[in-house]
Amino acid sequence: MKYLAEFRDGEVAKKLAAAIAREVNPERRYRFMEFCGGHTHAISRYGVADLLPENVRMIHGPGCPVCVLPIGRIDQAIQLALEEGVILCTYGDCLRVPASGGLSLLKAKAQGGDIRMIYSCADAVTLARQNPDKQVVFFAIGFETTTPPTAVAIKQAAALGLSNFSVLCCHVLTPPAIASIMEGVDEQLQLDGFVGPAHVSTIIGSRPYEPFATQYRKPVVIAGFEPLDVLQAIRMLIRQVNDGRAEVENEFSRAVDRDGNRKAQALMDEVFELRESFEWRGLGTLPHSARRLRAEFAGFDAERRFALAYRPVADQKGCDCGEILRGIKRPQECKLFGTVCTPENPIGSCMVSSEGACAAHYTYGRYKDG
Amino acid sequence: MPPTTLMGVTRMVEPRKNYLRPLDLKHGHVDMAHGAGGRAMAQLIDELFARHLGNEWLAQGDDGAVLPAPGAGRLVMATDSHVVSPLFFPGGDIGCLAVHGTINDVAVMGAQPLWLSAAFILEEGLPLADLARIVASMATAARQAGVPIVTGDTKVVERGKGDGVFITTTGVGLVPPGRELSGSRAQPGDAILVSGTLGDHGMAIMAGRENLGFESPIVSDTAALHGLIADLLASGGDIHVLRDPTRGGLATTLNEIARQSGVGMMLQEKALPISPPVAAACEFLGLDPLYVANEGKLVAICPQNDAEKVLTAMRGHPLGACAAVIGTVHHDPQRFVQMTTAFGGKRMVDWLTGDQLPRIC
Amino acid sequence: MCLAIPAQVVELREGDNAVVDLAGVRKEISLSLVDDVAVGDYVIVHVGYALNKLDPEEAAKTLALFAELGQQAGDSPRH
Repeated sequence: MKYLAEFRDGEVAKKLAAAIAREVNPERRYRFMEFCGGHTHAISRYGVADLLPENVRMIHGPGCPVCVLPIGRIDQAIQLALEEGVILCTYGDCLRVPASGGLSLLKAKAQGGDIRMIYSCADAVTLARQNPDKQVVFFAIGFETTTPPTAVAIKQAAALGLSNFSVLCCHVLTPPAIASIMEGVDEQLQLDGFVGPAHVSTIIGSRPYEPFATQYRKPVVIAGFEPLDVLQAIRMLIRQVNDGRAEVENEFSRAVDRDGNRKAQALMDEVFELRESFEWRGLGTLPHSARRLRAEFAGFDAERRFALAYRPVADQKGCDCGEILRGIKRPQECKLFGTVCTPENPIGSCMVSSEGACAAHYTYGRYKDG
Repeated sequence: MPPTTLMGVTRMVEPRKNYLRPLDLKHGHVDMAHGAGGRAMAQLIDELFARHLGNEWLAQGDDGAVLPAPGAGRLVMATDSHVVSPLFFPGGDIGCLAVHGTINDVAVMGAQPLWLSAAFILEEGLPLADLARIVASMATAARQAGVPIVTGDTKVVERGKGDGVFITTTGVGLVPPGRELSGSRAQPGDAILVSGTLGDHGMAIMAGRENLGFESPIVSDTAALHGLIADLLASGGDIHVLRDPTRGGLATTLNEIARQSGVGMMLQEKALPISPPVAAACEFLGLDPLYVANEGKLVAICPQNDAEKVLTAMRGHPLGACAAVIGTVHHDPQRFVQMTTAFGGKRMVDWLTGDQLPRIC
Repeated sequence: MCLAIPAQVVELREGDNAVVDLAGVRKEISLSLVDDVAVGDYVIVHVGYALNKLDPEEAAKTLALFAELGQQAGDSPRH
């Protein structure tokens, strides 16, 4: 598979790992956060950490849209299915997230909710066309990678004049989440640099990260999705730290440039506007960090159509998802990890999503815990 | 001879006694009468089931098949229910799947499969054409495997209470004296082998699902493995464990064996045989091929010294052409299955949690 | 957060759609987010949409960078 296999090559990995081992300063520690959950998953699945020197540590960040989705939003989706009788379309990732009342979307389905897993939001529009006598709601989650497709789907629905299609919009933005982490650095969290998200960056470009490098004096290297990309990005971060630089560098140059995908950005701006504030799981309420549909598309806004209220729900007692999302604690340090909270019986969202720090560690790495 | 008028046409016809209109296999559907135990059910059995599956035991027409007591050795009995949807998929259908699956469960115990039973739960409304196709497929599978279906049962449930058809097959076989195959016999130092490519069946089903919109050349690997197993056992190698990984994929089977035997395992990702289209389909959907279902593959565990012999025996059989040694068993009180990734790092290959779902993240 | 894979465009279809191929598996996707895509181009695919084109030259440059022998820690900074 072209552009995949070459970026996973084990022989190249050995040499790159050896190069990193030569370049680190043995006198100091390096702590880097990979912001994106996809990178967390890649690091765990390929065992990238095993190829790093002892004094380089990766800390998992909150870039996992399922992990930062507050319980109250899943409750809204469940309410739509069970009380409003809609066809609720969702990506597979959300199905098992525990919500209020011991429910999840999967459990609500077992109770009779018409909840359908889809691969693409375009499928939700198709379902709306095929079921004109039912309301179809698309549960839209994700960062800027996933937002432009939703914009396209909404415009498609508008062009078709569909009156039974709407979107429960929980799309969130990456830069405010990074800012939130950066604010906490040096007080609660020692960080020397960031591995920036791969596919979000194809959309937003590398420019949005520049203020962070300047303001917080931490290097950011945007890394591709494959394990060699991640290793190389770590090497570039190590060099910046050794050189005393704090710049934005782009390892994923084959798909990311400074400007990003202008067409996708324009589509997002056309359909969505920023909410004044939005509650994130673990990060608290952040200003201008999430999207909702603009007035011109208000007809497709499920929150308005169904007069949904948002009710914040606190994390379960003992659940450390909040601190794990901010990199302050490691999964093993949560008292519930591996005992009460497991992938079969997840207490918090970090254990449900396959790229959540807890799930990734439990599934791929807990043999190291002894 | 009295004249009769039928559709405006008057004919001189000899009325036939006990005339029963044949089943409409092209356009007919299963209805509740077919399960009621009366004439309609007898007709279904006669014109559909027996027509394809006919053999001397079914022809006995009794409630149970009378079979000769097999020779020396111990009996193995295995049963499996099949609820796959869709009923027809690239490479097979629920019928041949049901035959192969139970033959394999018997054969991995080291037994020669002798006879099968088949019980059907039909949903009211199932097209008879589909049922005929499924039963014909079962008959072919049974015939090619040399394992007859000697007894069966049919019930019908109301529309909405079944998924078209559910099939339960039970198989009986004979293990020759002195043969001991069990999931508890894996020992530190043993080699782990698989008979071929992983994830074919599960991805054939996934790729066939309409709402995922894929076109792929992936075909289910459903097959009866008793011939391959016979070759394996004749190789002279001391086989400790034989199992066919089905639902939950190779990872689930290996974790089960690790638990049963109280050992750990270390796999080599580079050695895993996975066909490029299966790998690609998994990439699209964010699935791990280690957890994707198989229906025609074997895991064999034997002492390291016998691995070469066993591998050669497998590769000599058409169903084992892509066989490979993929790892080793070692001492581990925690019974973890681990893997050295192709990238050079290490990861666990844990138990599956629920169903593996396609993901966007 | 973004499972996306590089795949080759093998067919253009009406209405901004295209078919991509990855090792023999074909899928219809939308090109609504990307302009000027030709058959033979590689695109990054996420939830049934192409996000961007993949630049083969940059890909080659990146692969070359992996092989770079690199500097020792303590070498003077290169600006």
